Amino acid sequence: MNSTQTLIKDLARQYGRDRRNLLPIIQGVVEQENYISEFAMIEIAKELNMPASDVFGTASFYSFLEHRKMGFYVIRVCKTIACAMKGTNQIMHAIEDMLKVKIGETTPDGKFTVLQTNCLGWCHKAPAMLINDEVFTDLSPERVREILGEYMRKNR
Amino acid sequence: MSVTTYQLKRVDLIFKNENDWKQILSKTLKRKKEDIINSLISSELKGRGGAGFPTGMKWKLTSEAKEETKYVICNADEGEPGTFKDREILTQVPHKVLTAMAICAYVTGASEGYIYLRGEYKFLQKSLYNAIGEFERYCEEIGFHFRIAIFMGSGAYICGEETALMESMEGRRGEPRNKPPFPTDSGYLGKPTVVNNVETLVHTYTIFKYGAKKFRDLGVQYSRGTKLFSISGDTPIPGIYELELGMTLSDFVEEFGDGDTKAVQVGGASGFLVPRKRFAETQIGFQGKLTGVSLPTGGSMMLFNSSRSMFNVLNNYLDFFEEESCGQCTPCRVGCQQLLKGIHAVKRGDKPAVYLNKLLKLSENMQYTAKCGLGQSVGNSFASIVENFREEMIF
Ligand SMILES: Cc1cc2nc3c(=O)[nH]c(=O)nc-3n(C[C@H](O)[C@H](O)[C@H](O)COP(=O)(O)O)c2cc1C
Ligand code: SF4
Repeated sequence: MNSTQTLIKDLARQYGRDRRNLLPIIQGVVEQENYISEFAMIEIAKELNMPASDVFGTASFYSFLEHRKMGFYVIRVCKTIACAMKGTNQIMHAIEDMLKVKIGETTPDGKFTVLQTNCLGWCHKAPAMLINDEVFTDLSPERVREILGEYMRKNR
Repeated sequence: MSVTTYQLKRVDLIFKNENDWKQILSKTLKRKKEDIINSLISSELKGRGGAGFPTGMKWKLTSEAKEETKYVICNADEGEPGTFKDREILTQVPHKVLTAMAICAYVTGASEGYIYLRGEYKFLQKSLYNAIGEFERYCEEIGFHFRIAIFMGSGAYICGEETALMESMEGRRGEPRNKPPFPTDSGYLGKPTVVNNVETLVHTYTIFKYGAKKFRDLGVQYSRGTKLFSISGDTPIPGIYELELGMTLSDFVEEFGDGDTKAVQVGGASGFLVPRKRFAETQIGFQGKLTGVSLPTGGSMMLFNSSRSMFNVLNNYLDFFEEESCGQCTPCRVGCQQLLKGIHAVKRGDKPAVYLNKLLKLSENMQYTAKCGLGQSVGNSFASIVENFREEMIF
C-alpha cells in the first residue's frame, strides 16, 4: 500500500464510511497532499463503496478541494470588492513578479501555487490573502514581498 | 409610529463576556420548554443570517416535529462579501454560541449539534474544539447529553444557504434543495433541523440572560434588538460594531462615512445599493423587506466615496455571483453570465444603452425563477446600481 492508500484507510477509519463522511475524508487528503488526485478519488470511492464519479462530482464542486496538483504553499489572494478597492491587483502583481508565475500556476520547484479567491471575510483589513490556512491582512506590495521572502527561505 | 427620530446607538451585549455561561446554561435548562420558546417569540428576535425568520417560531416548529432524531446547526459559513462578524463572535465568545446551541437542543429535543465553519476560517478550528471540549465536559457534569462537532466547508459561498449546507454535510455538491419541505421538518439526513446563524444564537443568549423585555426594548418596531454590523470600504473606521436596529442611513453615514460618501451597499453583494439622495429615507431593519424603505441585512455595510466607479463595483459583484452560482438552475447559471457579459458590452459600446433595460428585465426574471436566494437576489444589487448610476454603466 502506498502512503495515499494508507492515509485514506486511516481517514475512513477515523470518520466512518458513510456518504456523509466523504467531505471530511477528501479534506483530510487535501490537507496532507494539497490536492485530491484522480488516484486518491478512486481509492476513496473503493473505501466508501461508491462510484468514483460521485467522488469527483463532489470534490470538483468546492474551490478549496483542488483536483490539479498544487504547490506546497497555496496562496489565495482575495479579489472581492473590499480587497479590490484597496488594491488587490497590486498585490497580485507583486506576487507574480516575485515568484515568476501567473495566476493559477505553480512554481517549477513545486513550492508555491498562486490563486485568487472570493471574499475571505477580512474586508475591514483589506487586502487579505491566505497561505494554506494562515491569514495575512492589511497587505501592501512591500509587505507581501516581506512575507513571501520569509516563505521562500523556509524549507517545506 | 414614525421612527425617524432614531439616533445611532452603540450597544455592548454580544462581546461582553462575563464568563457566566455555566450559570445561564444550568438555569435555562431548568425552565419549561414552552416558557423558553414563548420568551423567544415575545422578544421578536429575527434571524441574523439574512432571511430574518423569527427565531422563536423556528425552534417551536422543530420542537413540534414528531421524530426521534433532530439536529441543531450553527451556520458559520459567513461568505457574503463584506461580512466578517461571525468569526469575531466565534473567536471572542464561543461559549455563548455553544450554550445557545445546547438550549436549542433541549427545547427541540436534539442531541447532536454541528457548527458548519467555512474553510477560510480553518485557523479557528483548534480553539473552537478546545471550547467545545470544555463545554461538553460541563454538560456531562450537569447530566445534559449533547455533542457538538465542527463540519468544515471548503470554499463555496452557496453552502451558507441552509439546504445547500445540509447537502454539503451529507457528502454531496452544495446544491440547494427545493423548499418545502423546510429544514424544521426535513433537514440534515432528512431529520427536523434548526439552522441558525452564529449571531442569532448569541442574541438568544442575551435573551436567556436578561429576559425578552430587555432585548425587545432595543431597536424599533418590527426590528427589535441589536445587530452586529461589518463595516468596510471607504470609511476611516472599518470594523465590527454592535448597533441598535432602526437607524437611518444618514445617521450611519454621519458616523462612519469619510465625508464624501456617494453610496452604501447594504447587505453585501446580494443586498442593495443606496445612493446619497436616499440616505435620509432608508432605514436599516426588517420591515417592508425589498421596498427600499427599510432594508434587512446580514450586517454588511460597505461605503463608497465619489472616487469609486459603480461600474467596477457591479462588475465585481457579478463576477462573484457568476463564480459562486451552483449552476443547478438555468436562470441563475446563465443569467449571471449574461448580466456580466451584458454590462461589458454596454460599457464597450457594442450594445446600445437601452440594452440595460433588457438586462434589468432579465435580473427581475431571475428573482422569480431562480431556485434559491442566490439567484433570486442578484437582481437586488444589479437593479439598484444600474438604476441609480446608469450614466456610469454606458460608454
Ligand atoms: C446564497 C446564500 C448564502 C447564505 N449564506 C449564509 C451564511 O453564510 N450564514 C448564515 O447564517 N446564513 C446564510 N444564509 C441564510 C441561510 O440560508 C439561513 O436562512 C440562515 O442560516 C438561518 O439562520 P437565521 O434564521 O438565524 O438567520 C444564506 C442564504 C443564501 C441564499
Ligand atoms: S439560484 Fe443559483 S445558486 Fe441557487 S440553486 Fe439556482 S443555480 Fe444554484
